[in-house]
Amino acid sequence: MKKFILDLKVTEVTKPHPRYVLIKLTDPEKALPEMLPGQFAQLRVDGSKTTFLRRPISIHYVDTERNELWFLVQTVGDGTRALAALREGDTLNVVLPLGNSFTMPSHPSERMLLVGGGVGCAPLLFMGKEMADKGCRPTFLIGARTKADLLQLDLFAQLGDVYVTTEDGSYGEKGFVTQHSLLQQDSKFQRIATCGPKPMMMAVARYAHAEGIPCEVSLENKMACGVGACLCCVENTREGHKCVCTDGPVFDICELMETWGIGK
Amino acid sequence: MANLTTKIGSLTMVNPVMTASGTFGYGVEFQDFVDLSKVGGIIVKGTTLHPRQGNPYPRMAETAQGMLNCVGLQNKGVAHFCEHIYPSIKDLPTQVLVNVSGSSPEDYAECAAYINELENIPAIELNISCPNVKQGGMAFGVTPEGAASVVRAVREAYHKTLIVKLSPNVTSIADIALAVQDAGADAVSCINTLMGMAIDAEKRRKLLSIGTGGLSGPAVKPVALRMVHQVAQAVSIPVIGLGGISNATDAIEFLLAGATAIQIGTANFLDPAIAQKVAQGVDEYLERHGFKYVTDIIGALED
Repeated sequence: MKKFILDLKVTEVTKPHPRYVLIKLTDPEKALPEMLPGQFAQLRVDGSKTTFLRRPISIHYVDTERNELWFLVQTVGDGTRALAALREGDTLNVVLPLGNSFTMPSHPSERMLLVGGGVGCAPLLFMGKEMADKGCRPTFLIGARTKADLLQLDLFAQLGDVYVTTEDGSYGEKGFVTQHSLLQQDSKFQRIATCGPKPMMMAVARYAHAEGIPCEVSLENKMACGVGACLCCVENTREGHKCVCTDGPVFDICELMETWGIGK
Repeated sequence: MANLTTKIGSLTMVNPVMTASGTFGYGVEFQDFVDLSKVGGIIVKGTTLHPRQGNPYPRMAETAQGMLNCVGLQNKGVAHFCEHIYPSIKDLPTQVLVNVSGSSPEDYAECAAYINELENIPAIELNISCPNVKQGGMAFGVTPEGAASVVRAVREAYHKTLIVKLSPNVTSIADIALAVQDAGADAVSCINTLMGMAIDAEKRRKLLSIGTGGLSGPAVKPVALRMVHQVAQAVSIPVIGLGGISNATDAIEFLLAGATAIQIGTANFLDPAIAQKVAQGVDEYLERHGFKYVTDIIGALED
């Protein structure tokens, strides 16, 4: 897919949570390029004292009718804090679309589970929307620390069935996503895609492997170039070091079984 | 438009702007952003005789106005390069150079001999300055004798333009430059990254897998500029300047310090289209100051 460097205009910035910011952008001149669920963008950060590089952020949602692109950003350091300081009307320079994408269901009746944790839920909204557009109904399983950490639940609910776990039991079932009763029944899913903290994705991968369900995980290794040039963001796979930015961010768990110690 | 034609040994480029090894992939990764015909040359990723896995993750840490990396020469080896990568880059509309590394003088020479057979690779850049590998790499680049031993071995096996990339992690870079010049190098490029370290205070851990890494980016520019100036004063072969160049003004400063050409490295990560913009900016500078040739400003510092 052709990649672009674009100056996008910020249309809305909201804070759904003290640690997260939702940035909506548009291209006032032309239609946004085609993007796929699971892909990411490199966001230029101006006005950060200690960071230097672009921030790789997954594509949260694309509203083609409004020509709008959404990023859900967790504020962790100076770079993401500078992004959180963006205001309506500001310009944000982005490089996109980058990386590969989640595998779509092969037919509308395929039962697909999307498992998200924390800010890792972001790309699953776009995935769910693309699935819904193709006549599939995704099942979302979302994990968070507490009720207050759950984001965009209403939007997920518009696209499919939503199940939730919280670590403190303040919403949904208490525990981790892999402990949810949904997964304790005879598995009814034919494909899983997951994005979130690595321990969560490893647990999901272990479950999928045990159940014999094809599963993809989306990684977020520390990255510099985002286009496969610097080889900084590598993940150790069955075939050696692979770039998360170009060979990923989405990997089939078959590639990671040995290095992640799954199935032993 | 001024004449930007740049010559390094028998290598001729449309302008003095090159991209640094390890920051521009094999060029094809950047073709959506850069018209490669507007860039003097690209230096592809460090290539070794045998495949190398590189260092474990994490390999990168950000710093104020820069970054550290300890990639450690990950590549699939020169035979793979010749067979699988070269065919797809040999007709790119710019000069394509290969950065060559090794663990012994014999290694370097054997790797260079492979590249010597590739018709559309007019030059190599010998990396005797990688700070991220245990054997070879910088070990050769920190003494005049070590540097000369590698260059002599490669000079016998390689018959086109031979550029040697120097390490800044030395007491006197000019002495190393003189040694590689005497050993038969056609040009030197300086500088490679400066060895550094990063620590996570909260976790009380080193941030890079091998502890240390090479610092690049705007933070190193003053050091690089000083070293390019020193080396250019000492040697008679062309000097290629790099280290933190982020815009045309930076590039011109290096030319004024005595560089014949320049390389853009880390800045490619911030703006993938930067190489072409710098080339255009150099042209505009020459026009504005009434210079007809880019060669007019090489080392042209006023007293």
